[in-house]
Amino acid sequence: MTDTKTPYLEQQEYTINMGPQHPSTHGVLRFVVSLKGETVDKVEPHLGYIHRGIEKMSEKMTYPQIVHLTDRLDYLSAHINNHALCMTIEKALGVEVPERVQYIRTIMDELNRIASHQLWWCAFGMDMGALTCYFYGLRDREKILDIFEESCGSRLLHSYYCPGGLMKDIHPNFKQRVKDFLTYFRKKLPEYDTLLTGNIIMQERTKKIGLMTKEDAVSFGFTGPAGRGSGFSCDVRKHHPYAAYDKVKFTEPLYTEGDTFSRYKVRMDEMWESMNIIEQLIDNIPDGDYQAKMKAVIKLPEGEYMQRVEAARGEFSVFIVSTGDKSPYRIKFRSPNYCNLGAVHHLSKGFKIADLIAIGGSLDLVIPDMDR
Amino acid sequence: MSFSIYDFTAFNQAIDQWLRSVMSPGWALITELTIIGLVFLLFYALVGLVLVYAERKVCAFMQCRVGPNRVGPYGIFQTIADFIKLLMKELVTIRKADKFLFTLAPFIVIIASFMAIATIPFGKGLHAIDFNIGIFYLLAVSSLGVIGILLAGWSSNNKYSLIGAMRSGAQIVSYELSVGLSLLTPCIFIGTLQFSGIVEAQANGWLIFTGHIPVVIAFVIYMIAATAETNRGPFDLAEAESELTAGFHTEYSGIKFAFFFLAEYMNMFIVASIAATVFWGGWMPFHISGMDGFNHVMDFIPPFFWFLGKTIVIIFLMMWFKWTFPRLRIDQILTLEWKYLLPINLVNILITAFIVLMGWHFVK
Amino acid sequence: MGLFNYLSGIYKGVTSLLKGMSVTGYYFTHPGEIVTQQYPENRKTLKMFDNFKGEVTMPHNANNEHKCTGCGICEMNCPNGSIEVISKSIVNEEGKKKRLIDKHIYHLDMCTFCELCIKTCPSNALAWGQTFEHAVFDRSLLTKVLNKPDSKLMEGVE
Repeated sequence: MTDTKTPYLEQQEYTINMGPQHPSTHGVLRFVVSLKGETVDKVEPHLGYIHRGIEKMSEKMTYPQIVHLTDRLDYLSAHINNHALCMTIEKALGVEVPERVQYIRTIMDELNRIASHQLWWCAFGMDMGALTCYFYGLRDREKILDIFEESCGSRLLHSYYCPGGLMKDIHPNFKQRVKDFLTYFRKKLPEYDTLLTGNIIMQERTKKIGLMTKEDAVSFGFTGPAGRGSGFSCDVRKHHPYAAYDKVKFTEPLYTEGDTFSRYKVRMDEMWESMNIIEQLIDNIPDGDYQAKMKAVIKLPEGEYMQRVEAARGEFSVFIVSTGDKSPYRIKFRSPNYCNLGAVHHLSKGFKIADLIAIGGSLDLVIPDMDR
Repeated sequence: MSFSIYDFTAFNQAIDQWLRSVMSPGWALITELTIIGLVFLLFYALVGLVLVYAERKVCAFMQCRVGPNRVGPYGIFQTIADFIKLLMKELVTIRKADKFLFTLAPFIVIIASFMAIATIPFGKGLHAIDFNIGIFYLLAVSSLGVIGILLAGWSSNNKYSLIGAMRSGAQIVSYELSVGLSLLTPCIFIGTLQFSGIVEAQANGWLIFTGHIPVVIAFVIYMIAATAETNRGPFDLAEAESELTAGFHTEYSGIKFAFFFLAEYMNMFIVASIAATVFWGGWMPFHISGMDGFNHVMDFIPPFFWFLGKTIVIIFLMMWFKWTFPRLRIDQILTLEWKYLLPINLVNILITAFIVLMGWHFVK
Repeated sequence: MGLFNYLSGIYKGVTSLLKGMSVTGYYFTHPGEIVTQQYPENRKTLKMFDNFKGEVTMPHNANNEHKCTGCGICEMNCPNGSIEVISKSIVNEEGKKKRLIDKHIYHLDMCTFCELCIKTCPSNALAWGQTFEHAVFDRSLLTKVLNKPDSKLMEGVE
């Protein structure tokens, strides 16, 4: 006997939990995916597993002490995050950093961007199933990490910049190492293309998957390489140049298809552009001081200050509200990953589970940046 | 003893006659079966061990690193250490899982691969059975493996395993068509389904040379379809580690997991040895008609080593595929089979039949 | 046209796959490209860079003297309290009270390697050490006293 209200065969949602521990989410992120067969119907991200209260902790720390915390946000673009905070403080105090510092900061930022994209490439290949890509990407990234280790002292969480300049001057070997790296990597990057980009299987799995139009990208706040894959020209280095970016010539790669493959291509092109930027700057580092003269205790005047930079994943900005004390009253980090995550449901509705992995990989999410 | 490393038929008959003289025919048969069973079990275990080690080393060299090198010289005892570790693991019992089917599934997979390995000729006279419907039997028996996979997925009481098993079942059933059709193409050239007949007919040149284009196409299709059959390489969606943990064998631990793992490598070996037998001449040495001196040198190497060498080359090819290519999605796997491989196969068979009728080939 | 697209698609696909295989095949046949190091075996020849942030140390010279005056500026600048400076005051020969360092305690398990203590020390008493093998079974071994026993302040350091 069937009840007239509940039919015998009822279609229910089949939910799968890509839990906090998962090989492809690259961090502690939980996706609750509801499926119809193999097709994704709804994706709900659950965050907060690595929330450490960085913004709250910063309210008790002096400004030089906050620098090492920004390292730990998006740890793959550590230099760039430090840069944002130091620039905000210098802008608020009206301090002019020496030109040597500007050049070195730009070069370090671009090296960091290449390293971050290398790690993205190897993780993306691994998620697609081409497990060898992981090792090739890491092998080349080791060269950049050696450069960092020699000058800054550590490989991943550097805290090399400080308000007013750099913590210490670069090592005398820095220039030669960077030049060797450039010659080496220019030969290796076409190999990446042969191995993964041109591969018919990769192209079939990423073309026309996860579509995002330009208008949607603007309204989601979808910045960085992901936004540029949809034709949204949002590069902070071009629109609001800082450091030495106004002295170099580089193009902003833009693709209009808005699918996973164009986001992939944008990052590959960005690696070439970063190498061009470094090449233009490396021979011309001016001599000078590596630190401007700053007071022992830094107190920002009362007011609100903001500075934005182009991190490897999008636009990262720092907003400080100060009441004249030596700690900020409120500091806010606008993280690119948090805004990019908001679009995952829009991107993956209607595609399959395997495509969800590809889409997540192309967004290049770093979870500590989301949770702060 | 008439033991010749080049021809085992006399040796086998000598043992057979000795056994019959010592005991009654029934007991002799049972003893022979036991001996063959033990030899195959040993061979199975050894090949599994060697292949796991070989895969780890091959993939390590492709990835610019060294691979296992601590357990024993050059790490050759690594697989044994892994096996001992797996033996000592707890066999986790799943709540509400169908216990009988859960335990049965790995055995079915192993039994299917055992039955398939019995027909392969390792050397002249060195095979367990020699039916006159060899290839037909082989195809029928290797299809039994899919039952084991579906049972494993169903009885685990786990959403991920079920999804993995369903995908794998669809994939294997589709690709059996391609395997069967591509194995028929050489048989049209040769005219028999019996394995020893197939190998004998390649005495003047391997089929891939004498049968030129249609056999080359059939070989390529066979390689693709066989890689998909064994859930390897770019078709390993069922066990996609980065998507659904481990697919249909997620819930297996300890020795049962070792069975699945071993069966995968054994299937790879079987599929490679069939390719070597049917397309590359089996245990036949490499002959170029007309160069008798060269042929004499080639004949010096025992047939067993020829067979092993060819199989190893094909296994290396399969490993190379796995470590280079990304994974295909399930609908792409099925599209590949039904829209590309199957039509090409059918057209290939038509062409082959035409060529055989017109005599435009070199197969004697 | 449909047939031509079909066949050219197959051809392009197969060639792209073969090109990918040539890259991995190259690395397989060139074991000289192996980049991994055999770690525990090469410890004797392994040397880290001079700037490498291994741990914070207080360099002592040949006479067992260091430069730390016990001012406590490093303790104030440390973001999370990994440094505790315990000083004692003594009366020196001229009858003036002077502050000396008693124990300079460094918690390696809490340090974030931000370099503020080294940078802000007015007498440059601290420096980076290059050891990186800090794994221990007992956590209390990671709390180190940086000034060695029976060491004293170098002459002329303020």
